[in-house]
Amino acid sequence: MVTVLRPQPAAPRLYRFPRFSEEVLPSGLRLVVAPVDKLPIVTILAIVDAGSTIDPPGKEGLAALTADALLEGTAEFEGAQLTERFEQLGTAVESGADWDSAFIKLTVLAERLEHAATLLGDAISRPVFPEREIERLKAERLAEILQLETEPRGLADEKFAEFLYAAESRYAKPDGGSAESVASLSRADVETFFRNQYSAGSTTVVVAGATTVAAARSVVAKAFGSWPTGIGSKRELLASPRTTVRKVNILNKPDAPQSELRVGHVGLPRKHPDFFSTLVMNAVLGGLFGSRINLNLREVHGYTYGASSYYDWRRGPGPFVVSTAVQSDVTAPALREIFAEIDRIRLEKITEEELSLARDYLDGVFPIRYETTTAIASALANLVIYGLGADYYDTYRTCVREITVDDVLNAAKRHLHPDRLQTVIVGDAAGIKDSVAQLKLGEIELHAI
Amino acid sequence: MTLHGGQFTTMRIPVETYELDNGLFVTLSEDHTAPIVAVNLWYHVGSVNERVGRTGFAHLFEHMLFQGSAHVGANEHFELIQRAGGTLNGSTWLERTNYFETVPSHQLALALWLEADRMGDLLPAMTQEKLDTQRDVVKNERRWAVDNQPYGTMLEKLQELVFPVTHPFHHSLIGSIEDLSEASLDDIAQFFATYYTPDNAVLSIAGDFEPVEARRFVSEYFGPVPRGKGKPPLPPMNLPRVFGNPLREVVYDDVSLSRLFLAFRSPVFGTREYYAASVASAVLGLRKGSRLHRSLVRDRQIASEAACYTFDLAKGSDLLVVDVTARPEISPTQLEDETEREIDLIYRQGVAAADVNRAVALIETDLISSLQQAGERADRLSMFATYFRNPDLINDQVASYRAVTADRVNALISERFGPDNRASLIYVPRNGVEQEPMLAAAVSAD
Repeated sequence: MVTVLRPQPAAPRLYRFPRFSEEVLPSGLRLVVAPVDKLPIVTILAIVDAGSTIDPPGKEGLAALTADALLEGTAEFEGAQLTERFEQLGTAVESGADWDSAFIKLTVLAERLEHAATLLGDAISRPVFPEREIERLKAERLAEILQLETEPRGLADEKFAEFLYAAESRYAKPDGGSAESVASLSRADVETFFRNQYSAGSTTVVVAGATTVAAARSVVAKAFGSWPTGIGSKRELLASPRTTVRKVNILNKPDAPQSELRVGHVGLPRKHPDFFSTLVMNAVLGGLFGSRINLNLREVHGYTYGASSYYDWRRGPGPFVVSTAVQSDVTAPALREIFAEIDRIRLEKITEEELSLARDYLDGVFPIRYETTTAIASALANLVIYGLGADYYDTYRTCVREITVDDVLNAAKRHLHPDRLQTVIVGDAAGIKDSVAQLKLGEIELHAI
Repeated sequence: MTLHGGQFTTMRIPVETYELDNGLFVTLSEDHTAPIVAVNLWYHVGSVNERVGRTGFAHLFEHMLFQGSAHVGANEHFELIQRAGGTLNGSTWLERTNYFETVPSHQLALALWLEADRMGDLLPAMTQEKLDTQRDVVKNERRWAVDNQPYGTMLEKLQELVFPVTHPFHHSLIGSIEDLSEASLDDIAQFFATYYTPDNAVLSIAGDFEPVEARRFVSEYFGPVPRGKGKPPLPPMNLPRVFGNPLREVVYDDVSLSRLFLAFRSPVFGTREYYAASVASAVLGLRKGSRLHRSLVRDRQIASEAACYTFDLAKGSDLLVVDVTARPEISPTQLEDETEREIDLIYRQGVAAADVNRAVALIETDLISSLQQAGERADRLSMFATYFRNPDLINDQVASYRAVTADRVNALISERFGPDNRASLIYVPRNGVEQEPMLAAAVSAD
């Protein structure tokens, strides 16, 4: 009834990542502008070298709290008034911190860009960090930590990091801090952190959307004009593993209908020479719907709604992790399949078919990733955060296309370590413990939640 | 009421529509800024069309649509689109099911061909084994998203609480494990023949394509699919404008913080009144400057989060839901009382022009922002085509929102926010909180 012959693709149309300019303003602030003339909106994204890895020991969560508190008031306006002024412009400004940077961002209609940027500049140049709002933000973070106790997915992620990294590593603790560390934070800590880290030399402002380089430069120079020059302090990151032998940690959730599973080890830093071969290798292993791990666990066995693997790319070596949730009674068989897939991709070459699926996907989907001003701004910010070089997005697709089955095998052999795999299970210990023990995935330790 | 005296840039998305002889309604919307094209199909079928004893079937069926068709193998749809450099998925809602691909523009024919093959010729690929596997996958989706997730039962509990037993919105979208176990290949064949027909679907293509060529692909691939024989009528969907008496249900669950979902019957999606309700919900709970966030989270510190949204149901009655999560030290009773007090205040005093300006300005930016993506444009075109046969409504949204005044919002509030139109669904931590007498005595409404 329907034409049997499958359609052939037409000739691909050329795509280029948006052109952008890059300059350093007299204050030391770096400005990146990508004029994108599609819809009448603009995104401003400021990134500051003030991410969670700079938290002092025992003060985990300080970077996140400082970034959150940036918009809680100036000498002129209270936090609520500031929020009101932004939102009357139709923009919701957001601030926060991830591992590698603090950020402040907003998206606004182009005609309101100047107004919004001026407000943004006012807000973040001279924040007053009111005691009351600091305490409220701490209480909200503590509520979030409490929520996690009953949220198996988030709990599994957090415990996986804790069991993966040495206790003294910043990566072992949540980026937002633990209940103890957050409770210890004070307004003085926030103010000191702001003074030390937030300066023009540590800041990049990315502007993407319906604007010009000249207009963006004038707006940003004015808005960020009073940031102190200078560069924020650095802190060395420790990211050593907690153990180099296999281990299984079970967090007991009695009668849980599913087990949340995390299997992995310490991965690679973002700027690693094997980035592209590892990216393609992971796509075949667990990065795509049609990857080995998802097809095996979901489509062959029906154990799960979905299973995937990923490298969490950070400046330091973030985790490599296989992540899934399976019905409780198949916990052990599911783990067996995950370990088997990790072994298999290290032992034999993937097929040309598998390679082309991963490669063609990563190459072809590239333009679809950058449809929005927020996605473009965030891609440009990553150039700066990871020091990737101005031609990174122009050469990305070629780099992906050049990967061979041998490169994938080498990446798997070098960067997957079956003998070090850490397993975390949030699930019904009584029901799964014995069958998991038979798999011999390492010593098993039980924990209450 | 605009901030800058009407200096807004006018934004108009091109919309072209036509219908095939078999009833397939097609919308084309060109945009050549990037070599990307989105294909989007809405079938006008959802959980409302399920029969008794088959809850969850519409969604299970959506999974089966990825299990191959006459000329496509199991999971090959996924593989071919990803190989082409595209993204894809499907989703099921109460009133519709959608399937969508965004692909590099030179792969448009492939996406259309795949959608046509499963619309025209699904059944030869259906086997008991595939059904059994997808049933297990869906049961795991239920465990993951509903049973093992704090507040995960919210949607089905709310539907049960606020819609009468006989109403098609009453039953669970994802379905019960028992009903999922009962689904058979016969059910698949029957559902396919009844609902997966060109005259019960709309197709939208948005992005970088040549209209003449796109029309040729559509005729060639979808043209031969026969028209359906019509679908059974739904039971009456109309409901009174308010609940009448207060409805309430308390759920003791494995959660850390109490959370209140306070629902109101509200005007159905797309009506003039709907826009007032949508703005009211944004005044109450969109972003940090909203009334509830400012008062409950920032000023009084009773809640750790506060939001408000509408379900956007197009038939019967929509729902407007206030969603407030307590601070750890706040009891569920306090949470409920304080939230209701806030609603009472707004009910008595109404909202101001500045509240409405803020809400409309935020909605407008979100709207324009989301239309940057071809997939999002195509999905909205399909939505307006499915519900109103008029995809061009996508271009009226900004004007419809800007036309909402404080008077219209206040009229909506005085009609819908009274004590006769409130349903509370409240989650209470099972451990640690003493069961207050009032809560223990609460009776769930029928």
